[in-house]
Amino acid sequence: MEGLISLAVKAIFVENLALSFFLGMCTFIAVSKKISTALGLGISVMVVQAITVPANNLLLTYLLKPGALAWAGFPDVDLTFLGLISYIGVIAAMVQILEMILDKYFPPLYNALGVFLPLITVNCAILGGSLFMVERDYNFAEATTYGLSSGFGWALAITAMAGVREKLKYSDVPDGLQGLGITFITAGLMAMAFMSFSGVKL
Amino acid sequence: MAQTKKDMLVDPLVDNNPITLQVLGICSALAVTSSLQVAFVMTLAVTFVTAFSSMFISMLRNQIPSSIRIIVQMVIIASLVILVDQVLKAYAFEISKTLSVFVGLIITNCIVMGRAEAFAMSNPPVASFVDGIGNGLGYGLILMLVGIIRELFGSGSLFGITILETVNNGGWYVPNGMLLLPPSAFFVIGLLIWGFRTWKPQQVEEREYKIQNVEAH
Repeated sequence: MEGLISLAVKAIFVENLALSFFLGMCTFIAVSKKISTALGLGISVMVVQAITVPANNLLLTYLLKPGALAWAGFPDVDLTFLGLISYIGVIAAMVQILEMILDKYFPPLYNALGVFLPLITVNCAILGGSLFMVERDYNFAEATTYGLSSGFGWALAITAMAGVREKLKYSDVPDGLQGLGITFITAGLMAMAFMSFSGVKL
Repeated sequence: MAQTKKDMLVDPLVDNNPITLQVLGICSALAVTSSLQVAFVMTLAVTFVTAFSSMFISMLRNQIPSSIRIIVQMVIIASLVILVDQVLKAYAFEISKTLSVFVGLIITNCIVMGRAEAFAMSNPPVASFVDGIGNGLGYGLILMLVGIIRELFGSGSLFGITILETVNNGGWYVPNGMLLLPPSAFFVIGLLIWGFRTWKPQQVEEREYKIQNVEAH
């Protein structure tokens, strides 16, 4: 249990997907102009991340790993090279299913998050989360924790960024630095702030 | 399209650069630039994938039903990335270790998807191929620039060859360790964008709020 909590803290603050691995940067920069939209996107990413990382973990354990197909009578088959294509397939399918479920049962939520869902398929943070899960060899419990907390970390980062940018637009920035440039520098400063968490150990 | 092939190749380098202007594919641009060699391999991989995925998607563009086009594009891109990944693992294992998940992340690199969607779906294969190479190189240009700055000043070397003798090895140069850490990538790219836009003022973004100059009385 302590292991899981420490994993969660690490995934949220120390190894923040957006600020220390630069994942999901395209959307991070593009959708962080207003707090409300940033929050909506952040929550969608968190939900999708919490579903897809464990789902991909199951896929890896029961279908792709060397020897994983023993239950079907193929103990020697190693399908890990199909990993990338299967993960992205799972992600695309999950996003599609989530969209349909939300549309049917939670129309207000669908209206709020609807526009962001298709964007999420191509958000590197989601695929990155699954790939880190594979690389670090997480088991199912760890994968679930990691999915939820890394998604939360990303949501936190984009919301904070949107807060800064809402104030930033009133300031007098040099012409060439306007927009994209200053956003990068702000993100850099935020990343430095998040680095100060790196000493935190539970 | 009145553009010539040469324009398509040169245009994305500076005038319509995928990173500094189209804001595509930033994720991996920042993460793999702490050493030049890795940045170089990444450039090759991304150029390869962008060029060939654009070409294949453009060949199939009249057959793909528009409702499932994203999935079809994803499958084509993912297959090419698996190819790159396997080749890297076979011939450059060390580098593939350093790149770790970022090879896989080429799939979701917005440059590849962006060019497939914006260009390849409405243009013939050869033009799409050239466009893919151009954008891959434009991406690579920024990657290499950032890589040069970070490796030269961060560890005093280029491609692993020592240029500035560091203090630890009895030289004079005190390396700036900050440049090897993630935040510096943001600063370097931010400043590069500033440089590019000062050079090409038409790329400057409109201000959302103008500060009025009020005459003093």
